Amino acid sequence: MPFIKAEAPFIFKTQLSLVETMGLKARDLVELNYYLKEVPESSVYHHTHHFLQQHQYLTPEPPNDFAYWIANVLQEDEMGEKIAAIDTVQFGTLEALRGALVGAIEEYLAKHKALRKAPEGEEFHFMKSIRFILPTVYSASDLGEFLDCLTHISPSCLYNHIFGARLRPPLGESDFSNWLKNSLGETELAGKIERLDPYTYTMEGLRKKIIHLIEKRLERDR
Amino acid sequence: MIQLADYEQIVGPQVLEELKILSKSLNGRKVLHVNSTAVGGGVAEILSRMVPLLNELGVETRWEVVKGGEAFYAVTKKIHNALHGNEDGLSEQEYQTFLDVQEENIKTMKFGEDIVFIHDPQPIGLIKLRKKLGNKWIWRCHVDVSKPNPGVWNFLKTFVEQYDKSVFSAPQFSQKLSIPQALICPSIDPLSEKNREMTKEEINSIMRRLKIPLDKPLVTQVSRFDRLKDPVGVIKAFKKVQKYSEARLLLVGGTADDDPEGTEVLLETKEAAGNDPDIIILSLPPTSHIEINAIQRVSTIILQKSLKEGFGLTITEALWKGKPVIAGAVGGIPLQVTHKYSGILTHSIDGTAYWLKQLLQDPAFAKKLGENGRAHVRQNFLLTRHIRDYLLLFLSLYHTEEDLINL
Repeated sequence: MPFIKAEAPFIFKTQLSLVETMGLKARDLVELNYYLKEVPESSVYHHTHHFLQQHQYLTPEPPNDFAYWIANVLQEDEMGEKIAAIDTVQFGTLEALRGALVGAIEEYLAKHKALRKAPEGEEFHFMKSIRFILPTVYSASDLGEFLDCLTHISPSCLYNHIFGARLRPPLGESDFSNWLKNSLGETELAGKIERLDPYTYTMEGLRKKIIHLIEKRLERDR
Repeated sequence: MIQLADYEQIVGPQVLEELKILSKSLNGRKVLHVNSTAVGGGVAEILSRMVPLLNELGVETRWEVVKGGEAFYAVTKKIHNALHGNEDGLSEQEYQTFLDVQEENIKTMKFGEDIVFIHDPQPIGLIKLRKKLGNKWIWRCHVDVSKPNPGVWNFLKTFVEQYDKSVFSAPQFSQKLSIPQALICPSIDPLSEKNREMTKEEINSIMRRLKIPLDKPLVTQVSRFDRLKDPVGVIKAFKKVQKYSEARLLLVGGTADDDPEGTEVLLETKEAAGNDPDIIILSLPPTSHIEINAIQRVSTIILQKSLKEGFGLTITEALWKGKPVIAGAVGGIPLQVTHKYSGILTHSIDGTAYWLKQLLQDPAFAKKLGENGRAHVRQNFLLTRHIRDYLLLFLSLYHTEEDLINL
């Protein structure tokens, strides 16, 4: 069966980040909370997402920067676990994610007065990611081409359309699901991709999983 | 000459594709790098490899070196030490010598490129030309400035804040500044003598020449004989482990002829080792790249028990060779080692001994750490990532108001 052609092709774009330090450092949970409330969204993004791109070979990935620092440097294990357990995938905006992090820290601070301080040199340094989105040479007009491109694109490109896209309008949806549903009418396949929790895969694992879902879908037409 | 395509087998085609996309996005903008030496030192080493690759990518790049006499370099050496925290300040005359050399270079050098990239303090005063030329200027600090001498730093800061952007190698080195501060880590070149693949025969022949026996697991620390690298602490940790595991400790450092403190530390280290046949202390000349490569490859575990560290490229080298690393949680080391994922971070002799024993007794866990460490370096600390960051840095100069940029 011939493939359905989309009116507008899917242009694969990659996301690459430049990291900037902000000259702000926290020594304990009170200071962490104070700065967390005032840093730009690009800083919240950095500390909750950069490890996905930096450690894309690891599963399970290390937790976000806040959780890692709280557990390993402050050794506030209960709090570290709580922050690590915040389900990043649930949040459609960085503001909502920031709210959940601040809420959890403040709840803990209300109950615990004796706080540990980071040893000198191991303070939490706030950083931010300046994100660049750039078109690649890959584009697809149908499901066959889409599958072919998926095998070639870089992990940063895959990251952009799955993780980055969820934080851009239309909020909470990957670019893949959006295009498959709206341009090819592949509602069921789009739903399957959307239901994946990308935060529980390595980037290569995620690529394989999506390829597998598309191949299964294509088998139906043969 | 090494070409971009030579890196494809190591980093994969996608990384090179992205470098090409980024280079194209710069729309023909030209770059000038300026530092203080054409040979020797980490900056010159990186530039000598990076500049040809940037040109191959279509980013026209030139590299110039400032000229200054003996007096100037004596002053810049003092500045370097002051940035590391040395309390000795500079005299009026020394500041004047520094400023005079900036003026002399301004008269003789050409700065017509779109982006001028100044490395370290020596040429920092060239920024004076920015207003007249209207191009973009970047200052990169390669030095650990976590606790600089305030007088000298404040003198340099008046120049730094005239730049469009600054670059530091680790978050601990960042300062309170009125200009943006990018974080760009150093890198290693996987094709250099220190990091290239080696055959078993090559490695074994070097071990025979250096008289390093391989009958027991080898635990190695590669570093200068410097108290901040804590070689005596390494020996103490090793001795605690010897009761439980059979292993040999190798401390490899540079020769210390011109460094009185180094000679002293070497003596202390030898004294701490005593007559233990399982502790080898080896001094090698600074050009022993292939020997260090072989030693790292043949080691079972690599230690870097630093008490203070810049970025710690010896750790990057060890991780790249897939070795489990136990390192002090200082300086740039935590950027490279995520505790229990890509290596082990410790804070004490006891902690180092504990994890050394664990890794010697659990080779499967040690292997996993080494594999993760190598993957982490492949992705984040190779020359190709360094080039990518520089290209992003150049692009960011033209998008100063945004944190999310669609090109």
